[in-house]
Amino acid sequence: MNDPRPYRKFGVGTQPEYLHPSYVSTIKRAPTKPLILLPRTKTETTGPIFGHSLVTARDSDLTTQHEGEPLGERIILSGRVLDEEGRPVREALVEVWQANAAGRYRHKADQHGAPLDPNFSGCGRVMTDADGRYRFVTIKPGAYPWGNHHNGWRPQHIHFSLFGAGLLSRLVTQMYFPGDPLLEFDPIFNSIPDEKARNRLVSQFDWEATQPNHALGYRFDIVLRGREQTPVEK
Amino acid sequence: MSASQTVGPFFTIGLEHLNRANLTFRGLHGTAITIHGQILDGDGKPVPDAVLEFWQADADGNFSEQRCEAQGYELSRFAGFARVPTDDAGKYELRTIMPGGVAEAHGSAQAPHIAVFVFMRGLLKPLYTRIYFAGTKANDMDPVLNLVPADRRATLLASKESRAESFVWDVKLQGPDETVFFEW
Repeated sequence: MNDPRPYRKFGVGTQPEYLHPSYVSTIKRAPTKPLILLPRTKTETTGPIFGHSLVTARDSDLTTQHEGEPLGERIILSGRVLDEEGRPVREALVEVWQANAAGRYRHKADQHGAPLDPNFSGCGRVMTDADGRYRFVTIKPGAYPWGNHHNGWRPQHIHFSLFGAGLLSRLVTQMYFPGDPLLEFDPIFNSIPDEKARNRLVSQFDWEATQPNHALGYRFDIVLRGREQTPVEK
Repeated sequence: MSASQTVGPFFTIGLEHLNRANLTFRGLHGTAITIHGQILDGDGKPVPDAVLEFWQADADGNFSEQRCEAQGYELSRFAGFARVPTDDAGKYELRTIMPGGVAEAHGSAQAPHIAVFVFMRGLLKPLYTRIYFAGTKANDMDPVLNLVPADRRATLLASKESRAESFVWDVKLQGPDETVFFEW
């Protein structure tokens, strides 16, 4: 290998382990043998980049994708995508999906007895701007039950998928809402051992982004694994 | 870095817009190949709710630096990126071209390979692995393959079928033939 610099290590406890038995689905799906530490090669320092044609204005406003407005509490969700050195990640593709206000996904496998909303698909995407900023308009998703354990309920959350610079900056995560009483019971949220790292997945109420008589604002910043850039030769 | 969380069972609604199972097109330079296989959990049961993402070099061993656009994603140039969900039987199929070996600095080279991310409910972080091609001479010198214990290397090798240019590569999440996964 030609670039001997290792990838920057994750902080201790800042990422979940694969096996987290209280999240029952991990038991038969988590790898059991040691993972092999990867050296740097072109394969992982490169990665797909996406064009603006994949994202239209309609994709970032989940409340205007149908003839009528979806039911629920309208929210404006915005934030920045940064690398580990605090630099903005420009033109990062951000994909989101979520349940509707009643806690139901528009997906054939979702058997929850809450109603679908004909005016809500629950999917969106956007590309970050030159400052790494993104913005969605959507409705606050509902909590919903799941079969993981007795009386299990997922806290309100929105799924995020991001591509940054280089393949290994790929991140899929979930964004939660402040003050949700279900967070302390959720095995997925609590799979992240470090409390600070866990709480970084909780969005913050954003007064600045709140629009009078229209919608509450929430802020959620995301940090992607940084490919440390080639040192500048002086 | 922000913590990873599972894609959960309902990712299709957010991710399917980028599903691409065929990266080939008329006039594309290279040998068209098909890779297919199945994803199996620790009980040997197929995983019907996984999604795979592939990233590979073109036939000359170069990774694309062009943008994947909505129009002509498949039709104008080789994107190198594909997203393929598994079907109800836990199976996937990718139509692509045989990647070239990848030249690295200082004269070393990687054997032809395809990078793979695996996402599914029950994975709090994606799994990262690679597909190599059985019988390729360059495998012997590949710097990544050589980090893998010899008795586990076969899990990374796609095997050629009698059908021309068709390869099989399965993902076993657990068990004696557990696929080799990488950390970084």
